[in-house]
Parts: sequence; C-alpha cells; structure tokens
Amino acid sequence: MSNLKYIAKRLLYSIFILLGVSLIIYFLIRLMPVDFIQDKINAINQGGATVSEETVTAMYEMYGLGDNSFMGIMKGYFNWLVALAHFDLGTSFVHGIPVAQVIVEHMGVSFAIALIATVFEFMIAIPLGITAATHQYSLRDYVVTILVMIGISLPSFFFGNILKDLFALKLGWFPASGLVNATVSNSGFGLILDYLHHMFIPVLTIVILSIGPRMRMTRANMLEVMNSDYIRTARAKGLQERVVINKHAFRNTLIPLVTSLAGLLPSLFSGAIITEQVFNLPGIGNIALDAMNRGDIPFIMGYNMFLALLSVLGVLLADLMYGLVDPRVKLE
Amino acid sequence: MEELKNEEVQSKIVDTEEPLDKNIKLMSPTRMVVRRFFRSRLSIVGLIMVVGLFLFSFVGPLLVADTTADYSDDTKWGEIELDESGKTEYATATATYTVDGVEYTVRQTTEKYLKDNLRATPSKEHLLGTDNEGYDVFVRLMYGGRISLIVSFIAVFLITIIGVVMGGIAGYFGGAIDNVIMRVCDILMCLPGVPILLIISTILDASDIDAKYRIYLLMIYLTFISWPGTARLVRGQILSLREQEFMVAAEAMGYSTGRKIFKHLVPNVMPQLIVQMTLSLGSMILYEATLSYLNLGVKAPYAAWGTMINIISTNEAVLQNHWYIWVPAGVCIVIAVLGFNFVGDGLRDAMDPKGRR
Repeated sequence: MSNLKYIAKRLLYSIFILLGVSLIIYFLIRLMPVDFIQDKINAINQGGATVSEETVTAMYEMYGLGDNSFMGIMKGYFNWLVALAHFDLGTSFVHGIPVAQVIVEHMGVSFAIALIATVFEFMIAIPLGITAATHQYSLRDYVVTILVMIGISLPSFFFGNILKDLFALKLGWFPASGLVNATVSNSGFGLILDYLHHMFIPVLTIVILSIGPRMRMTRANMLEVMNSDYIRTARAKGLQERVVINKHAFRNTLIPLVTSLAGLLPSLFSGAIITEQVFNLPGIGNIALDAMNRGDIPFIMGYNMFLALLSVLGVLLADLMYGLVDPRVKLE
Repeated sequence: MEELKNEEVQSKIVDTEEPLDKNIKLMSPTRMVVRRFFRSRLSIVGLIMVVGLFLFSFVGPLLVADTTADYSDDTKWGEIELDESGKTEYATATATYTVDGVEYTVRQTTEKYLKDNLRATPSKEHLLGTDNEGYDVFVRLMYGGRISLIVSFIAVFLITIIGVVMGGIAGYFGGAIDNVIMRVCDILMCLPGVPILLIISTILDASDIDAKYRIYLLMIYLTFISWPGTARLVRGQILSLREQEFMVAAEAMGYSTGRKIFKHLVPNVMPQLIVQMTLSLGSMILYEATLSYLNLGVKAPYAAWGTMINIISTNEAVLQNHWYIWVPAGVCIVIAVLGFNFVGDGLRDAMDPKGRR
C-alpha cells in the first residue's frame, strides 16, 4: 500500500517537474523575435517545401505570438498546455506533418542504434570492471583504466569522424553515411543486414565513448563488495576464487547496475545528436538538429518536451527500480 | 654542587628527548594530500598535460604568433591573419571517348590560381599547414586553447559558487527552503542540454550578438543547468555534518548563520568540491568543443578547437586528405579532458581518508 502511495507521490512530482520544464522552454521560445521566425518560414518556403498559411496561423494562435505583454505570454503558455493535454504538439514547418508523428517516425532508428550500443556497452564494460577490481593496482587495472579514460575524454564528433575516415573512406569496409544502400533494393533479411552494415561504425563510436563510466562504476562497486565480511567468509570456506567473485561478489554489484539500466531505458529514445549528424543517420537527433537550424519552432518545442519527459521517466524508473531490487531500501 | 648536577641531568633529559622529537614528522592534512597525489603516476601525467596545454595556449602565442593588432609582423602568423601568398592548384580529370570503336582517353589538367594559400601542407612556415580559409592551423590551435580553457574555468567557477550557496542554504535550513531549492534543481536537471543550447543559439542569431561573446552567453546557460549537481553534493554533505559536535560548539559560541555555513560547514565539503570541479572542467571543455563543432559557439573567423574540426562536416575532402587541419585540434581536446580527468581522479584518491595506499 505504502508503495502505491509512494508511486502516486512520485508521479505528482514528475508532473510538477514537467510543468516547470515546459514553462522554461516556452519562455525561451518566446524570446525569439517574431520577424525572425517569419524570415525562417520564408527561407523554408524558398527551399522548395511549403509551409501552409494555416500551419503558421495555427502556430501563432497556439503560442499566442504577437502579444508580448505578460498576460499575453501566460495566455499563450496555457493555450499551448491545453493543446499538449490533447497530445497536439502542432505541425512541423519542415515536414508538414504533426510533430508527434515526426518524432514517432524517427525515434525507431535512434532507439535501435542506442539499444544495440547499450547491450555491447554492458557486455564489455562489466567484465572489464570486474577484472580491474579483482586485479586492483595491477598492470591490467592500469591499462584498462587508462584506456577507458581515453574513451571518456574523446569528443564524439572527433572520434566518430576518425572512425569514419579510417573504416569507411580509407578502407571502405563500411558505408560512410546513411542507413540504407540506395543503389540496391533489399528486402527482408538483406535489408536488416544492410541496416546493420550501416550502423556498425556509429554503434562502435557510441560504445567506445560510453564504456568508461559503466566500467568505472562496476569497478568501484566491486571493490566495495570485495572488502565485505561475507566475501572473507566465502573464501574461508574454501570456495574457489571464481565462485567467490561470480556468485558472491558480482551479484551484489548488480543493484546499482540494474538501477542505472532502468534509468537509461527512456533515454534510448532520445537520439544521439552528434553521432547521427556525423554519420548522417535519419534518427531523431539529426532530424532535430536540422529542424533547429531551419527554425522549425513547433518541432523544437515538441522535441525538447519529449526529451524532458524521457529524463523525468528515467529518474522515476531508476528510483522505483532501486526500491524493487534492494529490499533494504524503503521507499518513502 | 647539587644545583649543578640537577642542571646537568636536566640538560641530559633535553638531549635525549630532542632526537625523539625530530623522529616524529608532523604533516598537515594538506601536505599529506599533496604527497599522496604525487605518489600516483597518473596524476603527475595529468598535471603535466594540463600545465603543458596552459603554457601552449597562453605563453605559446607570445612566442610564435603575431600578436600585433594589425598583423604587421611578417615573420609570424596571427589568429585571423590570412596567408595571401597565393597558390596554384592543379586538377586532373580523365575522360574516355569511343570513336568508331576505338577508345580514346583524354587527360585534362586545369591550372587554377588561388589568391590565398589554402590547405598548405605542413612546412617550416606553417607548422601544421593552413586551413580551408588560409589561416595558420598551429597558431589557431593555441588561440583555440585560450578560449576553451578560459570559458571552461569561468563556467566551473560560477557553477561552484552558485552550487555552494544554494546547496549550503538548502542543507543548513532544511524544511520549506530546502524543498523549494531541491525542486528547482529537479526541474533544471531535466532540461535538455544541447537541444536548448540550439534554441538559445537561434535567439542569439536573431539578436546580432558579436561572434566573440556568443560562447560566453551559451556557457551561462550551461552554468544555469549545471549548478544543481554541485548543490546536491554540498547539501548532502551538510545534512550529515550539521549534526556533528563541532556544529553544536559553533552554535554555543553564538556564531552568525553565514559564518556557520561558510566557515564551518563548507570547508568540510571542500575535498569533494575540488574533485567535482576538476572533473567538470573536463566535461565543460567537451561541451564547449561540441557547441563550436555544431557552429553554435565560437564562430569563424575566431578559432576554437571545436570550430577547427567543424571544417570537415562541410568538406569531406579535408576529412580524407588533410588530417593536419582537423586532427591536432581533436588531440588537444582529448589531452585537455584526459588531463583534467587524471588530476581529478588523483585528487579523489589522495583526499579520500579511506583509500590508504
């Protein structure tokens, strides 16, 4: 019962946070001069696509643009909130379809890439963290630590471009950009293989950059557990070191890992702006970057709210999961 | 006679005690931390990297770059000084024709004279060549370092000040004030980073801000969304510290609230705070570089490491054939971030009283 009460309380908090976030984003959007928005719309019109008069008026109405008194801004904000409650995020200027639809259409690609990358990240980072911890201060520990530190320090746009230059442009093993090979029409299994072929370097980039924090987290938890009394007991019983590490120690490092995984889950949909830009993937991040460069206000607003929703969900899931996997934690 | 003996005995006691005293070496906590810090090889490497980059970007330009306002020094290059010595580029194209079943291959070489010396290969004159516009890459590398380091330091400094004040107040007073500050933190922590920076950048585009100051305004936003991390750290520490005896003593002495918070509680949070500051210096440099790479931060003609890599996002030929234009900037970013991370890690280990080694 108290758990249900806790969840209800957390949900209320989350709604409150989302309201706060939306207020800040809304005011930021309102800081844009209106004639600047008009210029951007004209630019889109000249670029071939047409932003219909209706879309623009609908947006002006939705945001209450043009009335810059405090009451006008507040009214615009409430208009926008009411529309949001009806799941109406407005119509994207660039794409000409509802913002929610653009997001749903493109988040699949981002999710696929992020999911594959996360699976590999955990599969590589956890064993590395364990060996580093069980061989603390040895050469192996130092080498692993230094390598993952370099991974943390690499900017994604720099490392992504290096991999692209090396594997795609110089060696020609993988395609340099995009998600499908336009010259060959594939279907079924062939299409999936083509996707994977295109995704390889982007996923490799993300995995190498994200192994670091996960490995260090595993190592720190492992070290803490290895110093506990029950590990000494297990060793004193004469258990094999392998059993002590895998069955007694590692299991107890799972709590923070599972918690962080729950927190990570929503963010898999958010898209990696930089990586998608470097490899020109049609993911949600790249679409957003393009939309923002072209002044697609409804999409920018919708995308930012989408991201905020994902991070609120992440925090919520992580907290709930923490109480679920660790019976010692009482949810309050 | 008796007195003399006593004196002798006493001097003997003093004599025997003195060496004992000298054997005990009293070390202040700070000295212990410094000693432990320098015992780790990684921290020393990190320190060398950071100091080296500082020298490179702040002292370097004084030695190799043209620092005169109008770039009148002809032997050196300035940050935005174009190499206008001119260059001839040759492009060869082959075309195949088939006439009456016989194949002819025509090779055509076109000669193009460029006003500026673009994409020059590394030479004595341009240590790392020139970029797409004809600027000296090596000199711009140094000026780019200045921007990255200055901007990151300002941001981390502001984040720490705001974080300490807000976290201190929240942790010390608790109750409603704590609740309000922590909820504000929750909201700010859920704000997206880069996407909102894109919005702000659009606003800056619309309001004609000088290209030189854009990056500072963007970093102010980063400060605005980053202080909650520090505030939470400080608050958590203060919550446990304020229950301890020395705080009861401070209460009994009748100290003012401000003095209790900032002279008695905050210094106790300093170790964690310093570590956090060092590590966030690295992430701020990454943020700044990413912004500049997306052409939101420092814009041409001014140099920043991210801006220098930005060239390849529009020009694939540079990515493939002119590594010396963009790779050095990336290496500089990695060295900076890695250096700060090594130093931060070293400090964490050195300051942790549990981690005896």
